[in-house]
Amino acid sequence: MEIDARGLSCPQPVIETRKVLFESVPSVLVLVDNIAAKENVSRFATAMKYDVSVTETSYGWKLDLQKQ
Amino acid sequence: MTKEKRNLLIAGTITGVVSVSLVLLGNPANMGFCIACFYRDIAGALSLHGAAAVQYARPEIIGLILGAFVISLAKKEFRPRGGSSPMIRFVISFFVMIGALIFLGCPFRMLLRLGGGDLNALVALAGFIAGIIAGSLLLNRGFTLGRSQQQTPLEGGAISAVFLALLIILLFIPSLLKFSTTGPGSMHAPIVISLAAGLLVGILAQRNRFCMAGGIRDIFLFRDSTLLIGSVMVLVSSLVMNLVTGHFKLGFAGQSVAHTQWLWNFLGMALVGYGSVLLGGCPLRQTILAGEGNSDSAMSVLGMVAGAAFSHNFGLASSAQGTTARGRVATIIGFVVITAIAVVIIQAKKKEAYNGN
Repeated sequence: MEIDARGLSCPQPVIETRKVLFESVPSVLVLVDNIAAKENVSRFATAMKYDVSVTETSYGWKLDLQKQ
Repeated sequence: MTKEKRNLLIAGTITGVVSVSLVLLGNPANMGFCIACFYRDIAGALSLHGAAAVQYARPEIIGLILGAFVISLAKKEFRPRGGSSPMIRFVISFFVMIGALIFLGCPFRMLLRLGGGDLNALVALAGFIAGIIAGSLLLNRGFTLGRSQQQTPLEGGAISAVFLALLIILLFIPSLLKFSTTGPGSMHAPIVISLAAGLLVGILAQRNRFCMAGGIRDIFLFRDSTLLIGSVMVLVSSLVMNLVTGHFKLGFAGQSVAHTQWLWNFLGMALVGYGSVLLGGCPLRQTILAGEGNSDSAMSVLGMVAGAAFSHNFGLASSAQGTTARGRVATIIGFVVITAIAVVIIQAKKKEAYNGN
């Protein structure tokens, strides 16, 4: 499962992620291209008990969310 | 406590202390910072409106933008982006400013007014929260201003260059600008101190993604209090500073640059909250993002300056005597226009999703 949140301004990346995480999917990839989105999605995912690993990419960051 | 929360706690505290210090050094009461009032004063300094009492090229704003610009460059966070509905952002920001000048303050000054004991700001806070909840509901229903794209460094840096030019004019050819001799515009801390305060708060706000609307929005959307800590600390530290320096004055009546029409304090700030959430940040956050290279936020800055100019040219702005009939009508128009924009966008998204399936 992948969410492309590139170019979306805060808080839309979080809202898009929220829709998916509320369905209790085991793992999601979120693509973001601004720092606020990276931090907000990470914070939200952690609060939802997901492990977050961040990889830097050419456009921004890839957030790999895995259900704990 | 996470590192993020600790940093916001420190940044919020410093920001509150700096704000009250600016008042002690000459700024109007509870107006160490007021993003809306300061854009209004800048519009006046540039003769975009003729209200003689509110004309001054506030160095705090210049500092905020340049501070965010410099620190984002230094931290490799300067990211030129834009192209996400710039004109709609202009229009929404225009009405955010109309709303702010009905209440007489942006969310930042609302906290500082509260910290000074001005209870009208408490009414405004209720309105601000109501506006944020309304805007958040629209976001949940699919409201979006579309994706931004990468831009050139020139596009991203243009707004900073504009404000650098304003600084140069203020320092070296001030005769081009208007300066209030009476009223709030005539009250200010020394230029160098205002500029330094702006730079400092600009850097702190950039590093910590400070946002007055975001804190409340995150609580509503996903029960996270991280961003709210910044706002709470601005309130607490300004309250303590005002108490210590004897500037705390509890009550509704007789507050500086404020009026007591509770309904319009509520609605004015509700319009600010409503528009801010749809834009993705309060006036302070828009200012910082503009410095970071976001030209959509630069459009918001221009929308706010235009809104301030219209507000005073057409007698929409409130004064210590209260609101004007025109201002009340403009506030209602603001709600109607922003809601209409949102409905059109959400309907179009629905249709798109339907056709896509």
